[in-house]
Amino acid sequence: MNHDVARPAAAGDLPPDLAANPRLASWLTIESGRVLVRVGKVELGQGILTAMAAIAAEELDLPPERIVVVSADTAVSPDEGVTAGSMSVAAAGSALRQACAEARALMLAAAARTAGLDPAGLSVADGVICDAAGQQLTSYWELADQVSLDVDATGEAVPRPSRRPGEGSTSAGTLPRLDLPDKIFGRPRFIHDLELPGMVHGRVIRPAQRGARLVGVPGEPLRGLSGVLGTVCDGSFLGVVAEQEDTAERAARALASAAVWQGAADLPDEQDLPAYLRGQPAETTLVHCVGQGGVGGTEGVRHSATYSRPYLAHASLAPSCGIARWSASGELTVWTHSQGIFGLRRAIAQATSLDVDQIRVRHVEGAGCYGHNAADDAAFDAVLLARSVPDRPVRVQWSRRDELGWAPFGSAMVAEVSATLGGDGRVADWSCQVWSHGHTARPGYAGNPGLLAAADLEKPLDLPASIDPPAGNGGGTSRNAVPGYDFPRQRITAHRLLTMPIRTSALRSLGAHVNVFAIESFMDELAAMAGRDPVEYRLAHLADERARAVLEQAADAASWGGTRSPGRGRGIGYARYKNRSAYCAAVAEVEAVHEVRVRRLVLAVDVGRVIDDDGVRNQIEGGAIQATSWTLKERVRFDRAGITSTDWESYPILRFSEVPRVDVHVLARQHEPSLGAGEAAQGPVAAAIANALFDAIGVRVRDLPLTAEHVVAAMAS
Amino acid sequence: MLDRYTFTVNGEQRDVVAEADTPLLTVLRNTLRLKAAKFGCGTGLCGACFVLVDGYPTPSCDTPVWAAAGKRIVTAEGLSARDAPHPLQQAFLQEQAAQCGYCISGILISAAALLQADPAPDEQAVVTALDRNLCRCGAQGRIVRAVLRAADRQGERR
Repeated sequence: MNHDVARPAAAGDLPPDLAANPRLASWLTIESGRVLVRVGKVELGQGILTAMAAIAAEELDLPPERIVVVSADTAVSPDEGVTAGSMSVAAAGSALRQACAEARALMLAAAARTAGLDPAGLSVADGVICDAAGQQLTSYWELADQVSLDVDATGEAVPRPSRRPGEGSTSAGTLPRLDLPDKIFGRPRFIHDLELPGMVHGRVIRPAQRGARLVGVPGEPLRGLSGVLGTVCDGSFLGVVAEQEDTAERAARALASAAVWQGAADLPDEQDLPAYLRGQPAETTLVHCVGQGGVGGTEGVRHSATYSRPYLAHASLAPSCGIARWSASGELTVWTHSQGIFGLRRAIAQATSLDVDQIRVRHVEGAGCYGHNAADDAAFDAVLLARSVPDRPVRVQWSRRDELGWAPFGSAMVAEVSATLGGDGRVADWSCQVWSHGHTARPGYAGNPGLLAAADLEKPLDLPASIDPPAGNGGGTSRNAVPGYDFPRQRITAHRLLTMPIRTSALRSLGAHVNVFAIESFMDELAAMAGRDPVEYRLAHLADERARAVLEQAADAASWGGTRSPGRGRGIGYARYKNRSAYCAAVAEVEAVHEVRVRRLVLAVDVGRVIDDDGVRNQIEGGAIQATSWTLKERVRFDRAGITSTDWESYPILRFSEVPRVDVHVLARQHEPSLGAGEAAQGPVAAAIANALFDAIGVRVRDLPLTAEHVVAAMAS
Repeated sequence: MLDRYTFTVNGEQRDVVAEADTPLLTVLRNTLRLKAAKFGCGTGLCGACFVLVDGYPTPSCDTPVWAAAGKRIVTAEGLSARDAPHPLQQAFLQEQAAQCGYCISGILISAAALLQADPAPDEQAVVTALDRNLCRCGAQGRIVRAVLRAADRQGERR
């Protein structure tokens, strides 16, 4: 009956986030007629609040309408770190599921004690507890005052088995997103819409060039502007606060044109990024090494190729926003769309010399961020400006120009892959070296606050080179650098740069986008050398049944063997995200005339247990379309002084007319642990598109994006 | 210099005092507290701030308030009647046609103008009508389906 084998059954064997925050009352509160649920993960437009409500409702036997998911707040929520890495359903979901199971068990035990019955014979429907005969005994709401949840989780309660049938593509349930009605009816919901009593408006004037020092602001640029509450100048940090947003905007423009800056960033040569990346000092890690005799020494045909991508912007549709208020007694409250409110609180404490206890950070929804964008920086800007006007909340709205110019980017990367094909055409050995800046500079990284403005202060707190998450969290530069195939000899090396002229941090899937693009492009090159079909060639190196299933499903659904429309090419890409998370295969159909157009994407994914079928589809569709945008169009532009792609014309993203049709096939495995869906598509889609382009025009383009310029350059070489 | 400007917003006459070059978006959001139109770029390139000005989808972020004087403005708040959501809003809910939702108000405005001009658009017409609106989350497929669904519903009513 219970096929839900992934359950923590043994007492004390708690999901990690629950073990770290074991008090049940920190996860849920049962009130009259409703249950308040608190998780430390935040809504980023990925539907996580809805998934959490679905889990709590399922575990408590309640309709979802009874569940209220409280926005994360350092004052009340469990600390679950950062909402990232497609870990929310797995981490917060499993913790919340267990916490709710324990709460339910406590309720049933109390009801059974009063009635003198065995709790195993009781059932719950809409919060009402009944005996085996269906007689109503009591309810969660009646028991709420008697049963304390102010106790630690024990791991003794066993979550209910998934009530949805398991294997195949049988879909799980779907719960409409809880946040969408507000957004579709235009009701205030985003941090950008928040109006607090007494709120005023701040703007920050960023340096004219990267790393420049503020020499001064001569003249009286703000003369004649009424409603300016003051300017803040601390070292090279320059900002202004005004009663009205319009005034703050005008004042910032006036200050920007008056300010004198000195010292210029010396950014690398944008036209030769791969050489730059390979030439920098780096921390080198041997990521993976298997097989006797090492690589390169085997008999056979050698092949090598080098792949790259430029820096990519998160390019959230909403420029970042932060609000902060200092009380006269020095307590600080911050409203932010950060992915990690607890980390941001610690970083602000470090940068301001406050105690963590004096700071409360509250999450308010922002637009989709796709990684570490400027959310934390905008919050800290607000903190610095609000100190000048105690008791008044200061709202800082970044400009589009600053969002595209000053937020962290996803790192440019280079991957060099070599392999030997044995006489049978199979891969006898495989090696890969990858060069990249680090993939995280989140608040608190490498012991630093990691907040943009902190580096400009009179007493600067620098932004050192970004680091990589540990291998246990999937790595950064090395994420998915290890091919998931059964190659007998492998040697994978990662070089994380120790310099950082352009600030980099987490962008959806970290290094996996490039690493999978490289591996899967190279697999196609090898298949062609061996004279084999790309799908069949992959399957020949892949024993994992779940991997094979997504590849076969995607190929079938895309009629892989069938004829192609004239002028179109078809390509496939596959990866298991982080080598241990979701499986994803993508087939792309492209057309290349004046530019590369992706007409259709077919994806098959296995994310383990599905909490919300439509939520998974929405994440995979969105990831696939965003990956198409990265792969076809996106490239951060810069000169020696700074970033030059600071609007939607110089940093174009995919438009409606360029979006492919996307078909997603979810292979639900309800008895397996949930694996997370948010980032699985990025690498496979990039590779599928590049492989389809090769199929269409016979040219292998190894440098992203796949623009006409890069296609022409590849033809020439 | 501050001046008085009069226009209708969602059917109501509104008087505001503002500098002539203050963006209409700032007036809508901060003075009139209508938060549906969003700030996205300030240069009319992303569509998040779209409102209908005399029936045409217009970026309110780079429309100065003086240029809106005497015009009929409709924001996404004004699409739904008091107790009946606009067919587009119903369809967007049915299709779950959003991820983060920041672009949706502007997209509803473009779509509403389309359906006004062409009650039975085909997919290509919808895509063309929405091409000035950016969506970074990749919800475009759902959004196009939702607009087509709303058009079908309107057609059935007729």
